[in-house]
Amino acid sequence: MGILEVKNVGKRFGGLQALSDVNLSVKENTVHAIIGPNGAGKSTLLNCLVGKLIPDTGSVMFDGQSVLGRAPFEINQMGISRVFQTPEIFGDLTVLENMLIPCFAKRDGAFELNALPSVQGQKDVLEKAEHMLEEMNMADKRHMHAAAMSRGDKRRLEIGMCLSQEPRLLLLDEPTAGMARADTNNTIDLLKEIASERDITIAIIEHDMHVVFSLADRITVLAQGTPLVEDDPQNIRGNPKVREAYLGESA
Amino acid sequence: MDAILLQILNGLDKGSAYALIALGLTLIFGTLGVVNFAHGALFMIGAFCAVTLQRILNLSFETVDPEKTDFLGAPLKVKTPYVEAWFGPEMGGAIIDWAVPLAILFAIPIMIGVGYVMERGLIKHFYKRPHADQILVTFGLAIVLQEVIKYFYGANPIQTPAPDALNGVVNLGAVIGMDIVYPVWRVVYFFFSVLIIGGIFSFLQFTTFGMVVRAGMADRETVGLLGINIDRRFTIMFGIAAAVAGLAGVMYTPISSPNYHMGMDFLVLSFVVVVVGGMGSLPGAVLAGFMLGVLESFASMNEIKSIIPGIDQIIIYVVAIIILLTRPRGLMGRKGVMED
Amino acid sequence: MFGLEKRDTSMLIIVAVLTMFAPFILNPFPEGSALAQFNAGYPDLMQRFVIFGIFAIGFNILFGLTGYLSFGHAAFLGVGSYSAVWMFKLLSMNVVPAIILSVIVAGLFSLLIGFVSLRRSGIYFSILTLAFAQMSFNLAYSVLTPITNGETGLQLTLNDPRVLGASATADGSIPVTNLFGLEMRSTFELALGPWNFQFNAGYYLCAFILLAAFYLTIHIFRSPFGMMLRAVKSNQQRMNYTGLNSKPYTLAAFVISGMYAGLAGGLMASMDPLAGAERMQWTASGEVVLMTILGGAGTLIGPVLGAGFIKYFENIFSKINDGVLHSWFSFLPDGMENAMVTLIHPFVGKGWHLTLGILFMLVVIFLPGGLVEGGQRIAAWIKRKRAGDDAPAGKTEPAE
Repeated sequence: MGILEVKNVGKRFGGLQALSDVNLSVKENTVHAIIGPNGAGKSTLLNCLVGKLIPDTGSVMFDGQSVLGRAPFEINQMGISRVFQTPEIFGDLTVLENMLIPCFAKRDGAFELNALPSVQGQKDVLEKAEHMLEEMNMADKRHMHAAAMSRGDKRRLEIGMCLSQEPRLLLLDEPTAGMARADTNNTIDLLKEIASERDITIAIIEHDMHVVFSLADRITVLAQGTPLVEDDPQNIRGNPKVREAYLGESA
Repeated sequence: MDAILLQILNGLDKGSAYALIALGLTLIFGTLGVVNFAHGALFMIGAFCAVTLQRILNLSFETVDPEKTDFLGAPLKVKTPYVEAWFGPEMGGAIIDWAVPLAILFAIPIMIGVGYVMERGLIKHFYKRPHADQILVTFGLAIVLQEVIKYFYGANPIQTPAPDALNGVVNLGAVIGMDIVYPVWRVVYFFFSVLIIGGIFSFLQFTTFGMVVRAGMADRETVGLLGINIDRRFTIMFGIAAAVAGLAGVMYTPISSPNYHMGMDFLVLSFVVVVVGGMGSLPGAVLAGFMLGVLESFASMNEIKSIIPGIDQIIIYVVAIIILLTRPRGLMGRKGVMED
Repeated sequence: MFGLEKRDTSMLIIVAVLTMFAPFILNPFPEGSALAQFNAGYPDLMQRFVIFGIFAIGFNILFGLTGYLSFGHAAFLGVGSYSAVWMFKLLSMNVVPAIILSVIVAGLFSLLIGFVSLRRSGIYFSILTLAFAQMSFNLAYSVLTPITNGETGLQLTLNDPRVLGASATADGSIPVTNLFGLEMRSTFELALGPWNFQFNAGYYLCAFILLAAFYLTIHIFRSPFGMMLRAVKSNQQRMNYTGLNSKPYTLAAFVISGMYAGLAGGLMASMDPLAGAERMQWTASGEVVLMTILGGAGTLIGPVLGAGFIKYFENIFSKINDGVLHSWFSFLPDGMENAMVTLIHPFVGKGWHLTLGILFMLVVIFLPGGLVEGGQRIAAWIKRKRAGDDAPAGKTEPAE
């Protein structure tokens, strides 16, 4: 049994069958990549996992519990964190405040009317956030407005925010999309470090084969809304079916 | 039965006004993405176009009638409007009598001009600002416009009667053997608004211009990429929306004497109408306009008021709240409009 | 001090000084001088400053922090006023129970409206709150007349069944509101030469409550809760994917700001025990939006400044008539004097709303951050200028 079990998931938008009969098992403490050409249903699948979409059929189990019908915030509290394709951070807040919010969420739960004592007075959370910033090499930027940072830094911050919640499963949606080569390599290094040092499972959706093959322990290829093949990276590389899916029949 | 039919009809004229204002609001929102709180003021300005034309037509000169004297024995001064002097008493009198319908011609260029200036001078700069800013700046503009009108025309309602020929009542029920007495002007108003709504819809449906605007409403960026100057067309659309609101105001003057705050009164309800219809949906705006107008007049029937007292005061809001909570995008709203 | 950061403490002290010495600050011109019409140190006007200040501070907790633009907050103020007047009619002329009840009732009412309205966001939220407020206004005018006394407004009468206290005083008049015996209308006048300063009990009660409200607001702004509210405004998506449910946060902010509005309404009725439906109209809601924006939404001191600014100019501008204008420009030749008066006439007196509308537009267009941002810009400009002047000159003359 994997930590994430997707069984027979199907999703239809009007006339388009976006996902059909998707089965997927992500083993604990591995990096599992989901790849596939444009329109293969990768993002739809991800949205089904985090509660943004509800599949028409099938089941999604996380650590033995169904995630279906739960709101995104509840799924997050089960231990699933998500990194978006374009970094979703609190742009109007400072970097430190960005980091403080997940730390408070971790301590106080979904809602706490923590309205009288000041943020500065709550040392435990403050220390945790500062520590996380240091780990992300962002301590010097703590008073910057998050929106003013470069894309690579925003990505780093977003990943840090997710990690500070100590999730068991980290979902990454094309984490290097639109990044310069140097930023991409930095992000790969960061993710490698996270995967090796932490007790965490990572599921990653990616376009960039360079990223996929430098990170993944296991790869699922999605085509036209259904898994084509699931295998180890070295076997995927040579698989003719995969090539066909990416390049069309002419290949 | 008669009473119910009469209530439906009574609702239609108010519903027409809601529909026309909501249509303009939706056009502006759909094309420009701007929430225009000054749209009610455009309705009001239209109404005051009618007032102005009536005053212009009534401009008079005084002559002394040597044959008649007033009660003090002094020679009587007689006021003659210039139009009567120019076109003869018959023709001139008719022109004055028909001031409100004539004001349509007078109002169209004025309203388009007002709309153009508003869009180029102010709204244009707010396309990229948050909706809250748009609401606030147009709210400020609405205050300014209504205060300007108040300054020039005073705070009291100004009577602007319909032409004598259209001022009576007609028994609409005669054909079907019922007794439904209804003011002629309201019938005129209803058909006028149907005509305008039909005109707008066919304009958008059958002309290239309309096609581009509809495409722009659906996906502004792509149309811009095709090398079409979408901005200019949207400016024209703003002018048209202003004209629609203005004409709705012109024709409404005989139904209720215009005053400076009529725009605000209608605006709140029209916004509710737009939201009920679905932000960005033209058919939704028209449908919701008529629906809420009719519901409102039903609720003001004594039979209904005796069951639920005060329902006539709040029916529109209650319906709006129920619809928004059950159908969050309104009756015919599209996905992704005004949602973050 | 008071568990606050240094900057916030100084802000609190500034507000405290401004409110406590308002009778002096607002009365700078001697009686009978030409400028005396710019004085604003009258009890009823000063009461309005602080009451609307409380209203705007509360509104800012919702709008300034979460970005949810409510167009129906006047309804809570109105409800607060009605509750307070009922308390005077039924229980006692003491303002304490009246104010407490008005806060509670407004809180419950805002919980109900907020629960429904907050299911939508953006423009839909604004329209829903607007719809609720207009509905309350219409109801107060019509069916609820037994509770609200309709168009006339709710007033005290000589035969109110006051449980603690008499229906009428010994000389047969309606009793006045008091705080444990201290009459709200009692005013101590201090004549210093040509100056006449008025210290009103009601004003000081309102001022102390404003200070308390402001102090509480600082705490809310600096708390994790306040940070969460700003996070709601910044990115709800990330909020949800951080395991936080934004609904209870926004609802709590809505209810808190509704309670501030109810407090303002209760104080209004405590100063002058009557309540009318027009307090609930959407133009009244628009006014508080305006105060907040003008002062600076999302800033601590902005709403207080905005409320003071608007209420001051409303009072002063609407008092200026043609006679006053003529006296100002009497030094000019006749023709120019008349021209100046004609030019200014539309903007003053009854035309005050025109000025207000123009001001509103100018602020939204050029100064979205309000007066606070304006002040910061001027401060930065002066700083730059100083730095620029100093550098080439190499030495500075003592400036003061």
